[in-house]
Amino acid sequence: MTATLQRFRRFYGAHPLHLLTLVASFALVGYVISLLGVHSLWNDRVWWQSIIVWFLGAILLHDLVLFPFYALADRSLGAGWRAVTGRAPQATSAVPPRNYLRLPTMASALLFLLFFPGIIRQGSATYLRATGLTQQPFLGRWLILTGVFFAVSAIAYAARTLLVRRRAADSSATGAVDEHLGGVPAPDELVVHDGEATW
Amino acid sequence: MPSPLRITVDDADWQYKWTDDRCIRWCNAPGRTGTRENGDPRAVRAEMCRPGARLTAGEPTEPPSGAVDDGSDVVPGESSDGDEAVIGEVDDGRDGTAGEAYGFPERLWRTVAEHRPPGLPEQRAFRSPLRGPWLTSVLGFLLLISLPLVALTGLLDYIAYGPQLHQSIPAHVGFLHLPYFNWPTRPAWLFQLTEGLHVTLGLVLVPVVLAKLWSVMPKLFTWPPLRSVAELLERVSLVMIVGGIVFEMATGILNIQYDYLFGFNFYTAHYFGAWVFMTGFVVHVTLKLPTMVRSLRSRSLVDELRTPLSRTEPEPPDDDGLVAPDPAPPTLSRRGALAVVGGGSLLIAVLTAGQSIGGVAREAALLIPRGRSYGDGPNDFQINKTAVAASIEPSTTGAAWRLSLTGGAHEVMLDRASLMAMHQHTADLPIACVEGWSTTQRWTGVRLADLARLAGVPHPAKAHVQSLEGGGGFSEAWLQQNQVLDSDALLALCVNGVDLSPDHGYPARVIVPALPGVHCTKWVRSIEFVR
Repeated sequence: MTATLQRFRRFYGAHPLHLLTLVASFALVGYVISLLGVHSLWNDRVWWQSIIVWFLGAILLHDLVLFPFYALADRSLGAGWRAVTGRAPQATSAVPPRNYLRLPTMASALLFLLFFPGIIRQGSATYLRATGLTQQPFLGRWLILTGVFFAVSAIAYAARTLLVRRRAADSSATGAVDEHLGGVPAPDELVVHDGEATW
Repeated sequence: MPSPLRITVDDADWQYKWTDDRCIRWCNAPGRTGTRENGDPRAVRAEMCRPGARLTAGEPTEPPSGAVDDGSDVVPGESSDGDEAVIGEVDDGRDGTAGEAYGFPERLWRTVAEHRPPGLPEQRAFRSPLRGPWLTSVLGFLLLISLPLVALTGLLDYIAYGPQLHQSIPAHVGFLHLPYFNWPTRPAWLFQLTEGLHVTLGLVLVPVVLAKLWSVMPKLFTWPPLRSVAELLERVSLVMIVGGIVFEMATGILNIQYDYLFGFNFYTAHYFGAWVFMTGFVVHVTLKLPTMVRSLRSRSLVDELRTPLSRTEPEPPDDDGLVAPDPAPPTLSRRGALAVVGGGSLLIAVLTAGQSIGGVAREAALLIPRGRSYGDGPNDFQINKTAVAASIEPSTTGAAWRLSLTGGAHEVMLDRASLMAMHQHTADLPIACVEGWSTTQRWTGVRLADLARLAGVPHPAKAHVQSLEGGGGFSEAWLQQNQVLDSDALLALCVNGVDLSPDHGYPARVIVPALPGVHCTKWVRSIEFVR
């Protein structure tokens, strides 16, 4: 029995239950599609308004457009800084600015991702029919929220920078350098990486 | 089983990981061994990850047999001499799939492996030091407990539409539904709750889903992508869960904003898409639950929440290749990453929950249609479909309007004055929409039960309400017995003490506790009571 099982595993690549689970799931999806009707998956007139195109397109759009886009954007944040200043950011400032740019950008982008139809006024005719209103305020509101995110971040950054400078001044007066901004002591071996760790 | 293999050598806690072309040695005790002597621990890791990396003199060359605690077949590679060794392949079979060995047809998988497409990002391109099985498992765990709630509330809402009365969409769903039951009228906020939860939670989970997908992204680009039929099937099953969740979120997000960019029927696509997603979800949980539990146990959540950026280290190399082989210095702690995801969810919650909660909270719903204010008047609340959009002619709602009641011995015709002369009942009831928003108002009108009695059908089995609106999706609705006979089920004539406005259904509209808003028919023309 064990030998058979091992032979099966070598042949298939996993436990028989793995195969049974997956086959059962494919059968169920087949059933879902049969209920929907295969013809309903495809739109003859407007190909991109097909269910199947949206379903598979969702994967492609996330994996090959959205993810590379935000990953590159994030990476170019550091590269861009170096290109412009010629130096790594930690050399120029006491508090690394990266996260103070990242967070408001992420918040703003997230809201755009979720609420872009109102912001760019897509579907304005159906919106009017449903609500009796126009989408006029959304762009302005999104811009105001974005402004607030960056303003809060700027205030936090300024406060943090002040705090670090004051602490540095205090500790140089007492002769000790506190490299750990949060006041949490770290193991010795990591102190040397701290500057790098914070960009 | 523990992963990676763990053996104890020279008083230090070493871990090894094998893949088909490399061996990584990992020390779990920071500052005690090679990491410190060799300088930057990350540099050492990168060295170890290079294909055919050699473990250098003085370090253990291969795990002593007997020290391997999971009983898998360890196949050490050739040892060139006592001091250096290339560690070979191990078929550990610890996970759902059989590790790194090739299944049948081996030649095919090897051929695939040898033909790496040019331009495919290398694993080393993924450099975030935060990726790893623990972080993925935390996000996975959050989704494991929350997504079933989204699915369940969605399936409940299908029943709220009344599938027994053939008015749920899609109409034919085979076995793919919860057991049918008569949607209750109590509590009156039931549909408000289920639909509000469905939409709000669905939106709130967007950052968690994005983070989860981000955390497993390196797996999309691993090469070879497949080593066996098992891996092929599992990859295909991922189409269901990844395609499913993004499809459901995309269509849902567009639908609540009246942006019908997709062109197909929302209800049908969202319902069947959900079943494909749920299938993929169950499979994924079945296959990955052991990995998730093991990974969650690999680190302490409390410790992670106490770990600042300066002490943030990559997770140990894992079997699934989530951990970066060449991690960049961290720019965010693990707790910081979780806080970013949680903060994103909180932001969305604050900006959307108000459309369901109402009151002052609605003013915080800045970016969605149902956060808007119509003013302070008695009729200034959320409109679902305007009278203009429903093509309601003012001439048909004026003095000439009559309500037709049928189902009894003969048809009963009533004008608005006669209705106003009947016993008036007032109730505070929510209008709750499938798009997740709701608004509670004070409605006054004639009880549907009184109208049924007047029509000569005091105990109707169901009722059919028709609108002046010609055609259109929701110009008519069937009501169940409990929905007709509930003491708060009304043909409303007034709201908040004044006549209904044209947009809210003047001269008369249905309002029933816990009934989906689109079935609370506006501009009512006739009601047929069926015995």
